[in-house]
Amino acid sequence: MRFGVVIFPGSNCDHDCIHVLRNVLAQDVVELWHGDSLLDDVDCVVLPGGFAYGDYLRAGAVAATSPIMPSVKSFAASGKPVLGICNGFQVLLEAGLLPGAMLRNQSLQFRCRQVLMSVESTKTPFTWNLREGQILQMPVAHGEGNYFAPKDLLDDIERQVVFRYAEDANPNGSARFIAGVCNKAGNVVGLMPHPERASEAILGSTDGRLIFEAVIEYVTSRSRVPALPRSRAEALR
Amino acid sequence: MRTLSPSTLSPEAVGLTRSEYDEIVRRLGRDPTPLELKLFGVMWSEHCGYKHSKLTLQSLPSSAPHLLQGPGENAGVIDIGDGWAVAFKMESHNHPSAVDPYNGAATGIGGIIRDILSMGARPIALVDSLRFGPLTDPKSRRIATGIVAGIAAYGNCVGVPTVAGEILCDPGYRDNPLVNVACLGLLRHNRIARSRAAGPGNPVLYAGARTGRDGIGGAAFASEELHEASEHEDRASVQIGDPLAGKLLIEATLEALGTGDVVALQDMGAAGLTCATSEMSARGGVGMIIDLDRVPLRETSMRADEIFRSESQERMLLVVRSGSENRISSIFRRWGLQAAVIGYVTADRELRVEYRDSPVVSLPPYALAEAPAYRPAACEPPELAEQWIMPDVLPTVDPGSALMSLLRGSDVAAKRAVFEQYDHMVQIRTVVPPGGAGAAVLRIHESPPKAVAITVDGNGRLCALDPYRGAKLAVAEAAANLACVGAEPLGVTDCLNFGNPEDPEVFWTFRQAVMGITDACRALQIPVVGGNVSFYNESPEGLVPPTPVVAMVGLVRDVAQIATQSFKTEGDVVVLLGSSAPDLAASYFLELIHGLSRGRPTDVDLTTHASILAAVREAIVSGLVRSAHDCSDGGIAVALAESAIAGRVGVAVTLPYDHRAEVALFGEAPSRVVVSVSPDRLPDLQILAANHGGIELVVLGRIGGSRLSIAGPDARPMIDLSIEEMSDAYESLREVFS
Repeated sequence: MRFGVVIFPGSNCDHDCIHVLRNVLAQDVVELWHGDSLLDDVDCVVLPGGFAYGDYLRAGAVAATSPIMPSVKSFAASGKPVLGICNGFQVLLEAGLLPGAMLRNQSLQFRCRQVLMSVESTKTPFTWNLREGQILQMPVAHGEGNYFAPKDLLDDIERQVVFRYAEDANPNGSARFIAGVCNKAGNVVGLMPHPERASEAILGSTDGRLIFEAVIEYVTSRSRVPALPRSRAEALR
Repeated sequence: MRTLSPSTLSPEAVGLTRSEYDEIVRRLGRDPTPLELKLFGVMWSEHCGYKHSKLTLQSLPSSAPHLLQGPGENAGVIDIGDGWAVAFKMESHNHPSAVDPYNGAATGIGGIIRDILSMGARPIALVDSLRFGPLTDPKSRRIATGIVAGIAAYGNCVGVPTVAGEILCDPGYRDNPLVNVACLGLLRHNRIARSRAAGPGNPVLYAGARTGRDGIGGAAFASEELHEASEHEDRASVQIGDPLAGKLLIEATLEALGTGDVVALQDMGAAGLTCATSEMSARGGVGMIIDLDRVPLRETSMRADEIFRSESQERMLLVVRSGSENRISSIFRRWGLQAAVIGYVTADRELRVEYRDSPVVSLPPYALAEAPAYRPAACEPPELAEQWIMPDVLPTVDPGSALMSLLRGSDVAAKRAVFEQYDHMVQIRTVVPPGGAGAAVLRIHESPPKAVAITVDGNGRLCALDPYRGAKLAVAEAAANLACVGAEPLGVTDCLNFGNPEDPEVFWTFRQAVMGITDACRALQIPVVGGNVSFYNESPEGLVPPTPVVAMVGLVRDVAQIATQSFKTEGDVVVLLGSSAPDLAASYFLELIHGLSRGRPTDVDLTTHASILAAVREAIVSGLVRSAHDCSDGGIAVALAESAIAGRVGVAVTLPYDHRAEVALFGEAPSRVVVSVSPDRLPDLQILAANHGGIELVVLGRIGGSRLSIAGPDARPMIDLSIEEMSDAYESLREVFS
């Protein structure tokens, strides 16, 4: 399949994502320049980590308004898979494609370390073949990963929580230990940990590969992901 | 051309002497203009001109079979095989960091990255060697946390992982911290870039960020002692970094180099355009004509001398093939950077600078670029030998609580609270992260299964007592750190931090340290590919301890065959390789526990050292040993504790030493490595040691349980501590940096 990796000025995990997708997982990858507006017929869009536009103003705020983003939004609206990793997650939040916002880490410092997180939802193209409750190990590396949403919204999106930091492993003070969320449809996923840094055994974990392999299988086999419930009420039914 | 009017400035006003002024007149055949004199002021400053050090540095060994570029360029380059090479260089940013810790450290990172980029290499790793005052002191704490935050802010954003480093504290660094940063880059042989301008008519292209008023005279400011008011008066000499622009400059420059149309390039660091234009033309034996009106500026009212001397960050100067300037410029503009042709290469050897249609500078580039060289007076400090006398008796201490204090001590304690603030994984190369071993290991996925290892080492405590032996030990320790991950040394870059070289005792100390590095690198056959000298590290409180720092890069042929320091498997046998006798002289134990900086450091026997390191490397590469850790600060007790803490497993050992408990436990001696091996492979290790010139091998004990138990030769127990309590003590820096 064909991945598109968006390159913003200041993206710095773009080469890492491309390496894993192209050399480890043997997929086609195209670079999507932030200044262009076409997605070039890709099956999945990845927004990589880094400091897009220096994270000036707020993390992801400037990148969310770059010329490529309207196309990313319509790609997402068509139901195709979009993955935001770290800074890419922040961009998706700022672009309104995902609910919530990021605060600075509770420590007020950047944190780079391995964390454990659990899979909370398997109703996304990136987790559909994983187990609910499955524990994954991969690193975080961010200064603004403290996920925030008002209580009502947190209640409302409980079913959209895709990943949660394991107990005692919340590296940033995130509300309800949230490490990753999806949109209502489930096709847009953002997470702070870096799956591309955990896709080769030599780097200490291959759990990140599961996320990429899930979407590859999803796209290539046209697998059907169970739809997310539309609302909390529906979820509780 | 209109004549240039002579200077009304005094040479002293720009930091030069009367005889240096006479030398300028001799080289120019006339008096310099005020602007020219200011240029000489920065270019002949110690920071740019190396005038008090370059004759001494000539002794350093700088050739090796795999060397592609030695000293004299922006960084050294060494072949790692299969068409790939690494570039590396270390620099200091001490004075700016003393005045403005955050920005000083941040721009230190930016500057060293651009040196590596100038060689055509992609920067793949940063390491830093930091010196602070005691972290119990509020000022030192403010400086230390500011410097760490500055390194994090720049390094994380620019996307180059900070993978290794050291932090050592001493009251002598309280007002003059040291920030030595090294960068490692990766490149293809055929992409090596250089700074020799060539091809008359070729355009000179300015690329990167705009020029502003920051950092004017920064190089000259770095070449004098800090004084009481430095923190306020010298702020304007400190540059402000923009890591986003730094990141864009990396990508745009590498893309531009990929076109094959870049003839030469250099970053604009110390002394800005002045340095870049004069060095590039001097190295190429050509001239340049530069029009300052074309330089992209941040503000409009800048004077010619401000534009030409500004040290604004994130700027490169390129000479490109005639006709390619628009194509190259558009690459930089696509990355959101400035690009402007500001002049041309000329065939005559004259650097001409014009501003508002008038000539402001006209001189031979070599006159600026080649500062005079001095051989200052040297005199051994008379009181040095007195400090070698050890006290007859030391108060008795409990070995267990002494070990806990050492683990808590800032020089030994875990640096996790610092390196977790640095992105040490970006670029997905980091196989052995900081804290995993004495050296970091980075895989080269472009050329599998290769990896490179990098480490940094320096020891002001030892060099203050004996600069020759201390510097030798720093090289020996760096080589041991590489051997303990299984890497063969490729080369060294050094940063030499001393006081005012015009003080004969300081200069003697500097010369001894250079001799120490020279002898150690010759004996271990490791070339010194470049480096930096930082003099004038003084404050009203006095001199910093003499601190030569070496960063050493090594090659791992197969990334699957490496070792780390953590004990891995219960039941494994713990073995000591090397028989040098532990000694408390100049030890960390003596300093931390007894408050004494005394004794003469050991004169490391480099022949023995080399054979032990070769044996350790072979044991790792052949998969014999499961962990390796050399004994350094705090002696064998700290080495054992660190391996146990890292492996979260206990160990019970008996030491072979007949000495008093604290000497056996905490005495320091080079060329000792603690390894662990599965019991069935022990005979193979014994054979390997015998084959390496009969290296002494002592079985110390076994891994297991959850305590560190150390006994003496008569089985008397000396230490018995739980891994948990030791881990807590070892994480003491959390309280300072988190």
